[in-house]
Amino acid sequence: MMSPAHYLFLSLALFLIGCVGVVTRRNVIVVLMSIELILNAVNINLVLFSRIFGDAAGQVFALFIIADAAAEAAVGLGIIIAFFRNRETVLADEMDLLKW
Amino acid sequence: MLDSILFYFFGGVAVIGAALMVTRRNAIHSAVFLITTLLATAGIFLQLGAEFLFIAQIILYVGGIMVLFIFVIMLVRLDVALHHIRFRMKSLVVTIVIAVLGAEAGAIIYYARKLPGQGLFIQNMAPASNLTPNSEKLAQSLFTNYLLPFEIASVLLLVAMVGAVVMAKNKKRTEDS
Repeated sequence: MMSPAHYLFLSLALFLIGCVGVVTRRNVIVVLMSIELILNAVNINLVLFSRIFGDAAGQVFALFIIADAAAEAAVGLGIIIAFFRNRETVLADEMDLLKW
Repeated sequence: MLDSILFYFFGGVAVIGAALMVTRRNAIHSAVFLITTLLATAGIFLQLGAEFLFIAQIILYVGGIMVLFIFVIMLVRLDVALHHIRFRMKSLVVTIVIAVLGAEAGAIIYYARKLPGQGLFIQNMAPASNLTPNSEKLAQSLFTNYLLPFEIASVLLLVAMVGAVVMAKNKKRTEDS
């Protein structure tokens, strides 16, 4: 049986890669995908601790996070489509409508 | 033995897929590698005894959310983005800072088991039989203790659906008609 620390390290690695993606990428769609990766890393943690304590509550919260990710993706992609229609770009650097 | 082989297989696929997802220039390639990572994570869920989440991950994430992502990538013209790529010093600095923070968190997890009674304590796993009829246990928990969060989540999904339709609606066409 694998020790819990292995799963924690896997989750940590995915979380950090997701953080790097959010901060360094310029394409907003890829930034949203990195956020999905971060939520997924958190899900691994929740399922692991649900397994450690033998309680289904962690899996319930992981299910809520999946629902949350779906809502976030729908609204975020809607905003991206609306923005692309106005400005013809999806690059984060060029989203400077509030700059004067 | 089989357990660790499965763990390292799925974990390696997940981490490699995530790294490729972040570094690929083409957004479609990023999406495909993210799908790989999500499928590998579903395998990790299955290994941890969460069969319902395994199926929910594949159907919802891979079948729903990622199809939405690919749909939007195809809808939005991205060849503009590919021309303007240049190396930025800022992103290198940010990557180093995140790597240092990650090394710190990793050291905390690593030394937690070496120093019993001090700092963070990670206890061993309960027997897998505590969660055996997985969907039944999950449903029992979801519809008794967490009924109110469940209803709030359904309202959230409704709000997100309405919001997505409002955001993505073509306003010019409605003004003309």
